[in-house]
Amino acid sequence: MGSLIECRDLWKVYRLGDVQVQALRGVTLDIQRGEFLSIMGASGSGKSTLMNIIGCLDSPTKGTYRLSETDVGSFDSDALAEVRNRQIGFVFQNFNLIPRTSALENVQLPLFYRGLPLREQRTRAGEALARIGLAGREQHYPAQLSGGQQQRVAIARALVSAPSILLADEPTGNLDTESSREIMTVLEGLNRDEGITVIVVTHEADIAAYTSREIIIKDGQIVTDRVKAAVSAGGR
Amino acid sequence: MGAFLLLTVTTAFRILGRNRLRAGLTVLGIVIGVAAVIAMISIGQGAKAAVRAQIASMGTNVIIILPGATTTGGVRGGQGSAANLTVADAQDLKKKIPLLVDTGWGKRDVMQIVYGNKNWNAPVNGISPSYLTIRDWSFAGGVSFTQTDMDVAARVALLGQTVVDTLFEPGEEPVGATIRLKNVPFTVIGVLATKGQSSQGTDQDDVVFIPFTTAERKVLGTQFLGSIGAIFASTDRTEDLPQAVEAVREVLRARHRLQAEQADDFTIRTQVDIGKVQEGTGQTLTLMMFAIASISLLVGGIGIMNILLVSVTERTKEIGVRMAVGAKRRHILLQFLIEAMTLSLFGGLLGIMLGILSARATTVIAGWPTIISLESIVAAFLFSLFVGLFFGLYPANKASRLNPIDALRYE
Repeated sequence: MGSLIECRDLWKVYRLGDVQVQALRGVTLDIQRGEFLSIMGASGSGKSTLMNIIGCLDSPTKGTYRLSETDVGSFDSDALAEVRNRQIGFVFQNFNLIPRTSALENVQLPLFYRGLPLREQRTRAGEALARIGLAGREQHYPAQLSGGQQQRVAIARALVSAPSILLADEPTGNLDTESSREIMTVLEGLNRDEGITVIVVTHEADIAAYTSREIIIKDGQIVTDRVKAAVSAGGR
Repeated sequence: MGAFLLLTVTTAFRILGRNRLRAGLTVLGIVIGVAAVIAMISIGQGAKAAVRAQIASMGTNVIIILPGATTTGGVRGGQGSAANLTVADAQDLKKKIPLLVDTGWGKRDVMQIVYGNKNWNAPVNGISPSYLTIRDWSFAGGVSFTQTDMDVAARVALLGQTVVDTLFEPGEEPVGATIRLKNVPFTVIGVLATKGQSSQGTDQDDVVFIPFTTAERKVLGTQFLGSIGAIFASTDRTEDLPQAVEAVREVLRARHRLQAEQADDFTIRTQVDIGKVQEGTGQTLTLMMFAIASISLLVGGIGIMNILLVSVTERTKEIGVRMAVGAKRRHILLQFLIEAMTLSLFGGLLGIMLGILSARATTVIAGWPTIISLESIVAAFLFSLFVGLFFGLYPANKASRLNPIDALRYE
């Protein structure tokens, strides 16, 4: 059985006005099922581009990206949407919940686009919220929740579709230290107890410290790929 | 898909509900447009129905032949001033033209009608019995006169409803009463059913009918025996009218010994001609209202498109999130299309209500007849749906083609 994520010599080049920007310059990376890893780098290092490609929001200019042994490089936008819907859960820095829409409905969203019956959407969304410790907050609007709670709703939304990868882009960037610790504990627990592959993109070393594998990107290339001894080495 | 549509529609309602004022202002154009369409169709149909009823009151498939004009020492009399149509003309027409079901004739004059100590001036028509059938007169009471009455020039009369109302007390029985025309006593043998206004606006019920022979010999007098004021004929089918008119022209020209270069010394009219003029004015009005309605629907549609473009921009980030969690292009497209259609349908419903109200108001205030038809409501509804679809397409398509990364980054 191959890796969950196989990146082979990924390049991403785009134009910004007259300037050609090489966001990725030959990234090769394998990630196994059940890993808990962090991608670190300064802004402009290419870590967001790599995350977008891994998250099937973007396609590489060159190179191949295989997700669950499928080459998604040739997929059109609808096929990519399908892959995101079933395999990837996103957690963003600014939560990105839909405003003035209840927590439950926010969590329902991926199932809604999968076309599940309404009742099943509600049940599964309710379960996801309960798993993340937000039972009883189903009908709250994002504005009625604290930052940490909003991020938990976002995690529930990412989890509800039972994805194989949870992609968290600076998940603690807008949170205080206490909430940050809580969110990282939640992510750690999901990885440990449910075997979900969690990828955290961050520029903070103490956030990366929660993970068992650290990848550092600089100028579009991987400069460090370090597996820490303690917790895991390749998942289950 | 069912759950998707249901949730999308409720979401659309919620979003529009949040911006009630904005939604209300946006749909104003649609409201006015649809209201104009409904009002215009109901006024148009009301007018058309009124015209049709008036034309039908002339009788069906009727041809009217009037005498031509006289010219005496350079003074030209008006239409019908010549006395060049005769009973023989009318009888010959029926004999020679099989298309004509029947012909009738008559002459008229306005004179005083006396009953007891009351009097009234009304047109008195001397007619052949067939005239009543051709013009579709029916009876409210009593009987018509017969060929025998014609032959013996009986002094019998039929009264129109207006004459009855004027001369008789309410509840008084006119049939059997004796009235006097130019001092000649007549027995009333029938009362005619109400016909209402003619298409020219005259009261058709203000009339007295007596046998033609009686009129000629005892009341109206004549220039020469058999001279008549008009010939009436009818065909079975409306399609036969033009052909019958041509045949009538030919026969009459031959009988009047007109040379090829001479103009007709008579005028032929059919109810089709009269109807055309009336419906023509109605159509002009309808066309103008339609133009106004189209313009306001266009403006309304542009309003919807504008507000939707604003909405797409405002909610770019939301669109990005939806795409990130798996919304496909068609999901985003449908979401905004449904919002557009919800807006326009909402406007359409308001417009339908306003349109019905204005049609009613037109009837009450201006006294115009209006008919609110189900078809016009359905048409207005579908039209507003179409406007929403058409003008929603561009913003919805724009939203669905956003790049998820750019949309997510949008601030």
